[in-house]
Amino acid sequence: MVTLSSDSRPIIGRGPPLGAKFFFLSVLSIIVMVMDHRGTYMETARQWMGVITHPFYAVVQTPSEVWNWLTDSFADRGDLRRDNKKLGEELRVARVKLLRFDALVEENKRLRAIREASQGIGQRTLIAEIIKVDVDPFRHRVRINKGSIDGVFKDQPVLDAFGIVGQVTRVDRYGAEVILISDAAHAIPVQINRNSIRSIAVGIGDVGKLSLPYLTVESDNKVGDLLVSSGLDGIFPAGYPVARITSVKRDPAETFAVVEAKPLAQLDRIREVLLLWHENPAEVRAAPTDEPTVASPAVEAPAPKTTAPALVTPAPKPSTPAAVTPTPKPSTPTAAPPATAPTVENPPATPNPTTSPTPRPTP
Amino acid sequence: MATGEGRASGLRITFTVILALLFSLTPLPVAIEPGRPNLLLLFVIYWALSAPRIAGLMFAWLCGLAVDLLTGTLLGQHAAAFLFVAFLTHKFQLRMRIFPIYHQTLTVFMLLALYEFLIFWIDGIIGQEVTTWLRWVPVITGALFWPIMVAVLDTWNRRGR
Repeated sequence: MVTLSSDSRPIIGRGPPLGAKFFFLSVLSIIVMVMDHRGTYMETARQWMGVITHPFYAVVQTPSEVWNWLTDSFADRGDLRRDNKKLGEELRVARVKLLRFDALVEENKRLRAIREASQGIGQRTLIAEIIKVDVDPFRHRVRINKGSIDGVFKDQPVLDAFGIVGQVTRVDRYGAEVILISDAAHAIPVQINRNSIRSIAVGIGDVGKLSLPYLTVESDNKVGDLLVSSGLDGIFPAGYPVARITSVKRDPAETFAVVEAKPLAQLDRIREVLLLWHENPAEVRAAPTDEPTVASPAVEAPAPKTTAPALVTPAPKPSTPAAVTPTPKPSTPTAAPPATAPTVENPPATPNPTTSPTPRPTP
Repeated sequence: MATGEGRASGLRITFTVILALLFSLTPLPVAIEPGRPNLLLLFVIYWALSAPRIAGLMFAWLCGLAVDLLTGTLLGQHAAAFLFVAFLTHKFQLRMRIFPIYHQTLTVFMLLALYEFLIFWIDGIIGQEVTTWLRWVPVITGALFWPIMVAVLDTWNRRGR
């Protein structure tokens, strides 16, 4: 039984009656909700109010920070030596790979120039740490410690050392929210690296799984195929590894195969992520006609088209593929500026048009 | 004297709110994470019963807004849900305060369920619904938490007086 602890103010003159207050505040919250949902009116307000929330994150994060600091500073010498050796080896292997990479970059540039292509490869990156706070157990969203003050922008691609992690959905001054590719409301356009068949990898709310609902039964895909981003959304740059196919179930009676893939990025273990800025590609010279669209990947330009192009709000149902066929992806590819599509499209060269029926946003 | 008492209550309320906000962000093991009780809502209900003149509707609304900001949900979503719960609590505070504890716990259970439903509903309207059953677990854990919380806070209030 709750005891009345404080009822100090006089009974008369309490202010407006309860119902009126309730009505006023409900109307206010509905207005705020609509404004926040229907537009970008609240973005600046949210940015500044985000400053108030920052101390909370800082406090919550402190124990794990202290723990990390302790383990770091009292690391065993043997451990350090072992780490050092391992890293040295890894670096050597990576160097050897890089040797080849340089030559490939040059070759790629030449080929692109011939094809009047414009996709930049050189990109600016920034390392951000994932803040150890739980925002929502049912959504795969994390907070990072870099915000608009560091130049982070909405819809920015986020990677780790192994593949694509997700994209920025909301930016405060000192922090940002990242939606992971495994979130049930997220979808990313991909293509199979082996044969450039394009599809869309949809998150299903499981960190270890993505679903590819738009691959037909007879399409050429098999377990172990690498999926890379296709860049058709105008958000994720093309060619970054996303996932590897782990299971393919083909039922001849169905139109679509049931394909599952495992994200390559370590979504549940990462502590640091890489933010990516598309740079103005240096090799644009070839195609003056494409100029406006080419410049757009620079920063933010394709972003504010819709609130979040790659967020499929009603997660497409993988189980009833036939029904989904005509309009497979409501927001992603259609929202991608039709002009960018052709320019981004060229690296895959020749996707055979028969095999990937649905998700292609042919302009 | 009266103002002093009010101020002491105000301090206590602020303290509990900050505590609850921190708790809502603290990382928990994945297994028990969905069952995290909504401590802030429990505090809001408690203070609405215990110090109704200080913890009014505006207070509840601001608490909800803080949750929206911290968790990055639609601005105003939790605020509206908090407001609704606080309104009902205020409406029935005279009755709720003298309920025996099990009865009160049941009432709180209903309030928490209403709250979750409102959140679920708004999520659905904006097309981001979370349909797993796990989302209703906080209603149960929160209701189980209520008697403990009342005992602790009542003791604290009595001692602080």
